[in-house]
Parts: sequence; structure tokens; C-alpha cells
Amino acid sequence: MIQKENIESKSNSVPSPVERVRERSVVGGTSVPLQGLGVHMGSLFISIQHAMHTSEGKKMLEVNTQIMPHELLCLFGHSGAGKTTILRILAGLTKPDKGRIVFGNTVWFDSEKKINLPPQQRNVGFMFQDYALFPNMSIEKNIRFAQKEKDEVEVEKMLNLFDLTELRHRKPGQLSGGQKQRVALARALAAKPSVLMLDEPLSALDCEMRAALQHEIRKAHQLLKTITLMVSHDKHEIIKLSTSVMVLRNGTVEKCGKAEEIFESDCSERKFRKLNANSCC
Amino acid sequence: MNQDFIDTLLLTGKLAGWTTAILFVIGFPIAYLLAYRRFPLKSFAEALISMPMVLPPTVLGFYMLMAYSPQGGLGSFLQRVFDVRLAFSFGGVLIASVIFSLPFMIQPLQNGLTAIPKSLREASYTLGKSEFTTFVRVLIPNMIPSIITAVAMTFAHCIGEFGVIIMVGGNIPGETRVASIAIYDEVQAMNYQTANQYSLVLFGISLVILTVIFSINKRKTTTI
Repeated sequence: MIQKENIESKSNSVPSPVERVRERSVVGGTSVPLQGLGVHMGSLFISIQHAMHTSEGKKMLEVNTQIMPHELLCLFGHSGAGKTTILRILAGLTKPDKGRIVFGNTVWFDSEKKINLPPQQRNVGFMFQDYALFPNMSIEKNIRFAQKEKDEVEVEKMLNLFDLTELRHRKPGQLSGGQKQRVALARALAAKPSVLMLDEPLSALDCEMRAALQHEIRKAHQLLKTITLMVSHDKHEIIKLSTSVMVLRNGTVEKCGKAEEIFESDCSERKFRKLNANSCC
Repeated sequence: MNQDFIDTLLLTGKLAGWTTAILFVIGFPIAYLLAYRRFPLKSFAEALISMPMVLPPTVLGFYMLMAYSPQGGLGSFLQRVFDVRLAFSFGGVLIASVIFSLPFMIQPLQNGLTAIPKSLREASYTLGKSEFTTFVRVLIPNMIPSIITAVAMTFAHCIGEFGVIIMVGGNIPGETRVASIAIYDEVQAMNYQTANQYSLVLFGISLVILTVIFSINKRKTTTI
């Protein structure tokens, strides 16, 4: 029931796939800030091709899409489908072979014009699968390090928001998985990113912790008021959190749309209900 | 304990100290390049830097001596332009020592850098930090044991260096006569007591350095 309400409330604030397609055709592949949103709240236009070398051999990753402001897009698919590679390409950590990536009015990547902004200039918040917290810094310093300009009030805000105040002087090695996850999320937010990217942020957590941290992610997304991209293997998590989902198979986008629509067509209604009933998250 | 004995030990320490300091400065950029960059002939560069570990010191010493010679290209150039003579001088021995000790500094630093998870660097970049800031604030603090190992190994290796120094510097008291050469010299002169004194000092220094390395590395591993 709670899940249903969440889905309904999300559908009010985010354009449906049909609306998105209409918007795409209107803007013709370039980003246009939407009315009522901040200046930097651009959409993310992606049209890339990249050869991936996986354990199953060479695969071509091909993505053509536009992600609208305020969207929480989940990337779903089997291992090696290209989910993490997409995030890495968007963050500037992996260079695609061909294509174009535009955020708002800024071209991040254009193979024809030989533009490739380094990660430092893309203003993305990337939460790594292993959290990548700096072991030499305390929790507080990890968050402070992320800031572009020193702002102690903001550090306190992040520590409070993610319930980290008591752990502020601890090093990452002294934290549990869930605590690390919260620090990683707080650090990603402290940089005030234009796009938040979460690579399987909850994969290593137990059910209870997972449910609690799903709430943190939603809080983070609402706080940022921008695009969030999240890799997940959990259908319930995707239904609960996302405004839309992109299903990848062998490097290509198989389906894209609202989570409940995508996953409902995959399984029978009975199976879907059973999954919901069994879900603890 | 005579003055000659003290001077020889001081010269040994001076050579090892300068070699370690120079290698510490030039070693980091080289180790960084080898650890993180791809470039043509990288394997060749790595092999070249590691050569002193397998090459007889006399081979390197011989080629250095040839290069320093006033008939050699480098030697004649330095003598003509700067009036500097490297053969049988402290400067010449220092350069040879730096080259010969290169792998002892580079390899631990390179291993330390590659052991740091790639995601830490990438996280720093996505947070808007430059490569230099990442290097100073993230990489260096997370490779302290490797830095200590590199510095200590280089220093200890320099203190015991013999082959290259005798080829390039000979045995000039106060200029190129370091402890290892003094031991050889004293044994040749059958002054076993003095040779023993030098040997004990070198043995003690090496043992202390290695004990420090092991204890620091063990403590760091336990802490992490």
C-alpha cells in the first residue's frame, strides 16, 4: 500500500514516458530547462556507442535517451549488460567510442567535436559500489573534502541528515556497511552535484538496512532536486524508488518506462503480487 | 675511535641521505607514471629502472666511469662547460648511487600506488579534485607504509653499496671512501679490528632500518 502511494505521488511530479517522448521531439535532442525549475536543472541527453570487453566477449553498448530533470532513473539488467559502464561514461571515468552527451547547455562529450570534459568539470556525485570512502579521513573530513567551498554549516547539515553526528570522528574502517553507505551518500551530496549516480548502493545490505537506506536515497534525491541515476538488481527497490527504469540487455536498451509497467509486462499479475507480498523492503 | 673512522661513516651517511632525498623527489613522478599511465615502451622503461636489481654493480659502474671520463661525451662536456669533473668525486658517486638505487625507491612507491583502489582516485575526481590534490590528499596518506619502505630500503641499500662506488669513485678518504669500501680496504691491509668496527656499524644500521620497516608495516596493517 505504501509502495502504491509512493508510485502515485511520483507520477504527479515526473512526466510519463509519452510526455517525455513528446518533449524529446519538441526539443530535438537538445536540453531545454523546464519551467519552474532551477537554472542548472537541465535534462541529460545521451547518445553513445561504446565497445565493452566483458567475460562473454566484446559487446557494443548503445544508448540513446534523454533523462528529464527531477527524474530518478534506475538502470536494470543482468551483469555485464552495461549499467555501470553507462554511469562511468556519464561521470567521465570511461570515454565512449562515439556519440554525444549533453547536460543542460553544457556538452560533456562529443566525439565529432573532440570534446570530453574530465570528471572534475561535470559536477556529478558518484557513489561507488565499494563506497570509495577515503580511509585516511574521518567521516567529517570525507564530507568536508567533497565541498567546493568550505561550509561548516553544510557539513553539520549532512551529518545530521544522515544521522552521522556521533560517528563524525570515526574512520571508514570503523563503520558498518550501512554506515559507510550513508557517509558515501552524504559525501556525494556535499559536492552539490548536478547529477547523482548510485552504483548498486544497497547491494551488500540486509533487508532491514536496505529499507532504511532506500528512504535515505529518496531523501537525497529530493534534496538535490535533480537527476538521479541508480543501478539496481532489485525490482521492488526500483518500483519503490524510481520514476522510470531502463532495462538493459547485452549493451542495448531493451525497455524504458515506468517501473510498474515494465515489470508488470514481464511477469503475470499473480507473480507480481506474490513478489510484492514476499518483499520485506 | 679515530677521526678517519668517523669521517668515513659521516660520508656514508651523507651519500645515503642525499641519494634518498633526490630519489624521493624524482621517484614519485616516475612511480606515478608507471602506476597510472599508459605509454609506448612502458615495459621497456620498467625493465630499465629495474636493471640495477639484477645487473652486476661493476657493469653500471664501468659505463658510468666511461661516461664521466674526459674522453667521454658527458665528461668532456661537463669539464669544458662547467669545469666539473665527475670521475672520482663525490658528485659522480652521488649520481651513480641515484641511478643504481632507483628501483629500491620506485618499486615500493609504484606498488603502493597500484595497491590503492582505483575507486578512491575516481571518487576524488568526481568530487572535482585535480590529479595533484588527489595525489597529495588521497594517495600519499594512504600509502605511508610504502613510502617508509621505499625510503628505508633506498637508504639501507645506499649504505651498503660497494661495486658502483669503487668503480666510479675509487677510494679517496673524505671524498669517495664510504664504509663498505673502507671495510674492503682495511681487510686488504689486514686491519681486521677496524674492518669489524665498520661492519658492526653497517650491520646495526641495516638491522634497525629493517626492524623499523617491519614494525611500521605491521602496525599499519593491524590498524587498517
